[in-house]
Amino acid sequence: MSLRIVVCVKYVPDATGDRHFAEDLTVDRDDVDGLLSELDEYAVEQALQIKEANDDEAEITVLTVGPEDANDALRKALSMGADKAVHVEDDDLHGTDALGTSLVLAKAIEKTGYDLVVCGMASTDGTMGVLPALLAERLGVPQVTQLSEVSVADGKVTGRRDGDTASEQLEAALPAVVSVTDQSGEARYPSFKGIMAAKKKPVESLDLEDLDIEADEVGLEGSWTKVEEAAERPARTAGTIVEDKGDGAKQLAEFLAGQKFI
Amino acid sequence: MAEVLVYVDHVDGAVRKPTLELLTLARRIGEPVAVHLGAGADTAAPVLAQHGAVKVLTADAPEFAEYLVAPKVDALQAAYDAVSPAAVLLPSSAEGKEIAARLAVRIGSGIITDAVDLEAGDEGPVATQSVFAASFTTKSRVSKGTPVITVKPNSAAPEAAPAAGTVEQLAVTVAESSKGTKIVSRTPRESTGRPELTEAAIVVSGGRGVNGAENFPVIEALADSLGAAVGASRAAVDAGWYPHTNQVGQTGKSVSPQLYIAAGISGAIQHRAGMQTSKTIVAINKDAEAPIFDLVDYGVVGDLFDVVPALTDEVKSRKG
Repeated sequence: MSLRIVVCVKYVPDATGDRHFAEDLTVDRDDVDGLLSELDEYAVEQALQIKEANDDEAEITVLTVGPEDANDALRKALSMGADKAVHVEDDDLHGTDALGTSLVLAKAIEKTGYDLVVCGMASTDGTMGVLPALLAERLGVPQVTQLSEVSVADGKVTGRRDGDTASEQLEAALPAVVSVTDQSGEARYPSFKGIMAAKKKPVESLDLEDLDIEADEVGLEGSWTKVEEAAERPARTAGTIVEDKGDGAKQLAEFLAGQKFI
Repeated sequence: MAEVLVYVDHVDGAVRKPTLELLTLARRIGEPVAVHLGAGADTAAPVLAQHGAVKVLTADAPEFAEYLVAPKVDALQAAYDAVSPAAVLLPSSAEGKEIAARLAVRIGSGIITDAVDLEAGDEGPVATQSVFAASFTTKSRVSKGTPVITVKPNSAAPEAAPAAGTVEQLAVTVAESSKGTKIVSRTPRESTGRPELTEAAIVVSGGRGVNGAENFPVIEALADSLGAAVGASRAAVDAGWYPHTNQVGQTGKSVSPQLYIAAGISGAIQHRAGMQTSKTIVAINKDAEAPIFDLVDYGVVGDLFDVVPALTDEVKSRKG
């Protein structure tokens, strides 16, 4: 049977842009260009490689929860080679936090049907890195996360998790949730052919009703957390900059000694 | 007074510094109760007590080492059920965050990750976070359930606050469903003898300007003279000059030491995200226009191969 892979992706404000908060203290998405989170490209890439390694006996669905523009992230993933997309979009989702998002994703994943869920290691905006674990818990399947190497064969997923104190070889039976790091392998660029083909690939649109989720379970009001204040970090006061004319190290040492570092 | 669960990060009972910071922060909210999983509780207990733990709940089971994350969630949930705490604090390590996330789902609570400060508030603990590559600071709280909060290293100075630290065995049943991901093998990293990157008081990092793995000893020598950890920019790691575990930046470690020295690092957003909250920042770079100089307290425009070795000699001679 063909392997059903669901890749969760997020549409995020460009990290190189001037990101800030909207008045309701959610992430402002209007003034900064959005794109497919760079770290999710690694997830799409690994899904494609798993499909290729399984003689193309797999179907890759990319899934996102987000506003209308999040369609761009899906198109990018489709142009890289994913087969179809699911877009969960609902006005009541505005301001949903990680726990709420994991609820929506879990329901959408179950509705889509899956053997393997692939995520990136974190989003580049929220940077929490908890969604894969949240999904595994909600779906009640093994979590095989933070992998720098992953492969799927004979109904099993195996991979290497490089931690701070040890490198671990992991193994779990499908279905499972995996997450891959930016060490898992550079993501491919969409080819012209891929971009053209993506335009014809199906994007299914779902709302909260389709997923049997009540509006008060998600959104800003239904959020499990509340941001009370957001303030721009004050610019660092301009420091002393010297040009090295042979005594740069000495001057720097003086500074460090003055600060009691030596 | 309400009790606060603190998840202990340790290596065979040797408690890691971020846990002591957690205990210090926990005391602002209530009475810390430490949860120690695995071997070495007898070694850890006095240290935890010294930093304010009124109780040390401990459990050891082979499953903690045989399966990924989930068995530890079972244990922490058992501690939660036994204590009914006002909050649960964990270190912001990859594993700490995953345990926190799964616990939050199970107990129906909100989760906040990567707090850099914590204070008591009228409606529960208020967590400070540094977001958008540290260009914004937010204050947040958990609005549903018992707050589950992970805290970054170097968020507080550990304070001694002797408490009873009574060791109690925690009864833990590891669920069959928690045995899904098998740890087939584990290869410990070789210790460099240097401080842990995220915990170090001083970090010396090298970037593209180091120009080759063979030149990193220049950075290491300065780090060793200062008793510092060694970091590397993404450019240096991607080029294969230094291990990924040492990467500082958005997709690597985020550090907040007393002193950060960047050598041959231009200071792209990707890097700034990981070091911008350092107390004192110093840079050495050939390019006077490098954005890193916007962040520095002290900058030297010059060749790192001149400045860094000379600085190492200066530090050594001053330290005598």
